[in-house]
Order: sequence, then structure tokens, then C-alpha cells
Amino acid sequence: MGVAYLPILFAVLIAVVFSLAFVGLSKYFGPHRPTASKEAVYECGVAPVGAANQRFSVKFYLTAVLFILFDLEAVFLYPWAVVFRDYVYSSVSGAGIYIFTEMFFFLGVLFLGWYYVLKRGALDWD
Amino acid sequence: MFEALLFYTFSALAVFAGAMVITRRNAASSAIALVASFFCLASMYAMLGAHFVAVIQILVYAGAIMVLFIFVIMVLNLREDNDPGWNLSPRAVLGAGVGGLVGLTVFVGASAARSMTFMPTDKLDPNFGTIEQIGYTLFSGRYLLPFEVVSALLTVAVVGAVVLAKKEL
Amino acid sequence: MSETMLTVILALVKCVFSLAFVMQIVPLLIWAERKGAAYIQDRPGPNRAHILGVRAGGLIHTLPDVFKLITKEDVVPSHVFRPLWALAPIISMSVALVTFSVVPWGDQILIPAEIAEKYLGTTGPLAVNLQVADIDGGLLYVLAMTSLGVYGIMLAGWSSNNKFSLIGGLRSAAQMVSYELAMGMGVVAMFMTYGTTRLDTIMQIQSESILNWGVLLSPPVGLVAFILFWVSAFAECNRNPFDLPEGEAELVAGYHTEYSSLRFALFFMAEYANMVVASSVTATLFFGGYNIPFVNGAMLREHIDLVLIAIGVGGGVFFLFAASIAFGRRKDPFYAAMEAFKGPRPNKLAPVGGLNGLLYRALHDDTLRQHEWKIFTAIWAGAAAAHFGLIGLGAMNIASGMPLLTEIIVFVTQLNAFVVKVLFGCWMFIWVRWTLPRFRYDQLMDLGWKYMLPIGLVNILLAAVWLLIDANTMRLYAAIP
Repeated sequence: MGVAYLPILFAVLIAVVFSLAFVGLSKYFGPHRPTASKEAVYECGVAPVGAANQRFSVKFYLTAVLFILFDLEAVFLYPWAVVFRDYVYSSVSGAGIYIFTEMFFFLGVLFLGWYYVLKRGALDWD
Repeated sequence: MFEALLFYTFSALAVFAGAMVITRRNAASSAIALVASFFCLASMYAMLGAHFVAVIQILVYAGAIMVLFIFVIMVLNLREDNDPGWNLSPRAVLGAGVGGLVGLTVFVGASAARSMTFMPTDKLDPNFGTIEQIGYTLFSGRYLLPFEVVSALLTVAVVGAVVLAKKEL
Repeated sequence: MSETMLTVILALVKCVFSLAFVMQIVPLLIWAERKGAAYIQDRPGPNRAHILGVRAGGLIHTLPDVFKLITKEDVVPSHVFRPLWALAPIISMSVALVTFSVVPWGDQILIPAEIAEKYLGTTGPLAVNLQVADIDGGLLYVLAMTSLGVYGIMLAGWSSNNKFSLIGGLRSAAQMVSYELAMGMGVVAMFMTYGTTRLDTIMQIQSESILNWGVLLSPPVGLVAFILFWVSAFAECNRNPFDLPEGEAELVAGYHTEYSSLRFALFFMAEYANMVVASSVTATLFFGGYNIPFVNGAMLREHIDLVLIAIGVGGGVFFLFAASIAFGRRKDPFYAAMEAFKGPRPNKLAPVGGLNGLLYRALHDDTLRQHEWKIFTAIWAGAAAAHFGLIGLGAMNIASGMPLLTEIIVFVTQLNAFVVKVLFGCWMFIWVRWTLPRFRYDQLMDLGWKYMLPIGLVNILLAAVWLLIDANTMRLYAAIP
């Protein structure tokens, strides 16, 4: 059953080995002379002020949450899109309209959600 | 034989990655270990002929939910964890209790499964688990109401996320 | 050879082929980027490095770059979080390479029964699908892998422990997830009309007629889907105008600021590999992939001798043209200058005798460049002659008597059609990068969330209405399997 996926496993292995070999190349051929200034945080030659671990705006988080929710919606769309043709061109009358309405309401409700997000200004970056 | 080998490799990897999730002190490392675990699960779904579930496992769990986790780790940027180490607080006892209960359930389930009959995957209908099959099952009318309710659920979640985040903006 | 062994070996060969395909285009693109940028900015671009006087239009510049990166120090700064920092470039590169495995690059090679039985131990003919993995997920697999690409960048940004890297990583992650949505919405409309997510089946549908090519399907749905997909592909590859994660004006190099040597090269190559993959998927989904307009695989096989003649005439004329240009370069004033200059630039450190001296002269003696036009004229003239030879082969009906040769010619022809489409897509990436300015971050998020997402939804609706009307009137798309 999983035979079709076997080449992907090979591809993953080959790609990872290739990348590792690449990193190994420079380890082998390149010099290794660490100095304090090489190992310092790179900030264009200026001594860094403060650590990098500052907190960031929650807007980034909101983007990620909204992405998950709309991505889940897309997951429901994929199987629907794939069978849509079969329903539309089937000999059963009304099958096309049926599956269309089914998704129309689904998307309609989600569209309301999107509109709410838009109106609340959650997508505005200022 | 070959399939069994792959199965045991992936399950061992999944368990190993799972153990990494709870033993790493660094949150980002834990998250990446969880992604690796999801990957192994996806491979097992693929071997079982659950094509759609395998892809969705990567698309949604590894590609969306774990991205959110890492996002949170990046945004909060808690680098030094102030983990007090092992001690016997009521929370630890509760956690151990819940963990034990889950373990027991898995054990009971696994022993019950021993008496079941299994179907080899090569005897499955070739269309089993394909996206088409999922589509027919989901949209034929049997799951009409749950499907429509899902949209309401997602919308509620959208509204909730915005309300929670907007308060702090 | 047993059946299983044969499957495994075929899978491995195809894997290596497809990875090599991507990795070969990468240096070519690096060259095209430099030369294209130079062309757009009206300057000569790279034209100095040479081997024995052959500069190949600056293509040789990529070689010293590779050697330079290999021999650079791999600096591991002490402030990075080592395990994830080391993992990030590997994830970036691997994801880019692995995504290509579902893209078909030819219809199939049918190895005739007698050859397959004799050498490969099969019973009957062997059909080799020219696609690494034909899985049910198909395009969903591409989307899933794309969504993993963000890890490389996020982890690099986070584990570098550098402000620039962190901001770059955050920006990029938010950008990539937003455009992933638009990309998903774009392809749903295509799934509806094709009725499948398998790229293999999608290619078969497109082989039937040019009207079945994705971009022309139920107009304007296919076109809109293409635009959504293509714009998202730019954002997913972090290419200008969406290259804020590494916007050098404000973020130095963004998420890969703390990387050096080949670790940096992995990020750099991953960007180009992503471009190749994005172009291939777009070509496959919207532009008929390996199909030549109006000519499908069956027609190629039927008129194989005509195909040979056509390739011979077309290629011959093309290479003759190239040879005449190369010949025309003999009067380049540069050569006269070189002639007057005589001998390499005096350099006291340059090695003189022995192997080092020869090597130095091969790479540094600029007077050798005056022979470049001869070499190129010879190469192009040779290629032209070989192509004109193909006309003879075609006229003698040699290929139609040999089934395996026919298959190979069809494979090469279709692969070339595919490569042309992919390279054109890659050129679009370069073209846009040196033409458009960068977005502001809020504009970028607005485009993704406020415009492309609803346009995608409306497009899905439009595709549905199109199919519903079509089912009751013309039934144009009823015949698609």
C-alpha cells in the first residue's frame, strides 16, 4: 500500500545526506580559527545593545492563529473540490446543486468570520 | 517483511521523538521533536493506505499547528527557563496520575486488540483512504450537519482569537 | 533481478535524476540572476573569470564562487543554539529538493518486451513512469512540503540569537503562512475542474488538448488561479517583492545573518531550488508541463521521424545562428587590446613553473581570452552539424524501426519542453526581482489577507458556477476522466 511513498523516503534520505555532506565539505576544507570578534553577535560592527530575546507584538501570533483556522477550512475544501466534478456531471438530478449548496453555506459562515476579522482591524499592521 | 521493518523503524522513531519532546529543556527543541514525531505518524498512515490523512497530518499538524507553537516560542522568547527541577508538588502528583491512567488505557486497548482480526493493507479496496473516497463519505449527506457545524465552530474560533488578541493590542 | 529489486532501483535512479535536475539548474540560475540583473541595469555583469580563456558569458564565475564557499571558514558563533542552528539550513535545502519528487517530467518510457525481459528480467514490456512518486496526495503533498519550508527559516532566525535574524525569521514565518493560504485557495479551483489532485492524471488531462491546460480552463478561473498561485509562489520563495525576511537595507541578511561558508550556501541554494520547484509545479499545473502545444506523446511516437527532422532543422538553424554570433565576436575590440597588451599582468606572487604555473596561467592569463570566439564557434558549429545529422537519421526512418530509441527521443523532447517552461518561470522570478521595488510589511500582509484570500474564495465560487452551468449546457468538461 505504501509502495508509492517509498521513493519519497529515498528522496528525503538522499536530500539530507546531500545537505550533510555539503556542510561537512566546508568543515573539512575550510580553516578553523575562531576569534572573539568572529563569534560575537553580528550587528554591523556595533557592539550589541541588550540581548536578542525581546518580546514581540502579539500580532504575529494572531496571524498564525488565523492561518491555522483558515487552513483547516482549506482542508475541508480539498476533498470537496475533488469530488465536485463527479457530482456535477452525474446523472442524478440535483446532485450538483446539492454539493454546491453544502459548501456555499460552509464558506458563507467562514466568510462572515473573515469579514469580522477585517472589520475589527485584526489584519491591520500599523 | 520489508513493511514490518519500516513500521518498527518509524514507530521506534516516533516514540523516541515523543520522549525527546518531554525531556528537552529547550522549548523549540521539544517542538521540533514533536514535528519529527508527526512525520513518523504520517509515514505510518501512508503505509496503512490512509493517503489523505497522511498528507493532512503534515499539512495541518506539522505545517500549521507546530508553526504556531514555534511562533509562540519566538514571540515570547523565553530563553532561560526557570524550571525548578524535580519535586513532589501536588501538580506533579496529578500529572503522574493522569499519565498513568493514559498509559493504562493504552495498555488495555492494546491487549484487547490482540484478539481482533486484522486485514492486510494489500487486501484493501484500492480506493481506500484516497481523497475521492473521503470526499464521497463526507459530502454524501450522512455528515451534512456535522460538516456545517464545523464551519460555525471555526468561525467562533476566529472570533475568539481576535477578541483575545485585540484586548492586548 | 526480482520485481522488488527492480522497483527499488528504478525509484533510486529516478530520485537521483530528479535531485540532479534541480541541482543543475541552480548554478545556471545564479548566473542568470547576475547576468539578468546586469542586463536590466545596463551594465556588463560578470565577464572576467575564465578557464583557458573560456568565460562562457560569465557562467564560469559560479565555479570560483563554489570553491570560495568551500574553503571559507565555517564560523559557529558561540551565542547560537547549536542543534537547531545546524539543523535549519539542512531543513531548508532538503524540503526544497524533496518537494520536486511528485512533479512528472515526461509521460512514460515503455521499454519494449524483448529488451525488458532480456536485461531486466520482467515478464512483458516495462512502463517506467517519469515521476519519482505518484501518490494520491499529489499537489497536496507539494503544499504540505511548502508549509514545512518555513521551519528552516524560523529555526535559523530563532536559534541565531541575533536581533536581525529573529526579526527576519518572524517576518518570514508570518509571510509564508499567509501566502500558503492564498496558494491553497488558488489550487482548489483547479482541483474542481481537474477532479483530482494527482499530478500524473492532471498531466494526462492536459495532454489531450491545449484547451485543457490549466491556465485556459473555464476562463477566467484558470487564469485567476494561476495568478494567485504564482504570486504566492514568489512569497513562499521569499523573492522580491516579497523578500522582507532578508531585506538587506534594514535586516542585514535576515534569518541567515549568522551563517557562513557552506551553511550559508545551503540557504542560498535552497532559495534557487525553491524557484525551480515553484516553476516546475506551476508549469505542471497550469502550462501543460512536459507537453508541447498541440503535440502530445502519442503523436510524437507516431511521427517520430518527422519529429527528428523538425528537431534537426530547428536545432541546426538555432546553433548555426549561435555560431555566427560567436564568429562575429572575433572583431571584438577587446581582443585587439589583449593583442597589444601581450602576456599576463605582471604579478610577483604568481607561480611560474610546474603545475601551479600552468594552472595559474589557465585561470589568469587574459590573453587566452582571444581564443574564446574560436572555441565557441567550433562548439556551436559542431552542435549545428549534429542537428543537421538528425535530419538524415529522420529521413532514413531509423527511429521508427527501433521502439526504445523512439521512447528515448520522445523523452528527451518532452523533457526539453518541460525545461523551457521551467526556465522561463525562473526567468520571471529574476525579471521581477530586478524590476519591482520591495513591499512594505503592512502592504504585504494586506495583499495576502485582504485581497488574495477573498479573491481565491470568489474564484472557487466562480469555478463551481462554471461547472454547474457547463453540466447543463455544453458539457465541455464532462469528458475529462
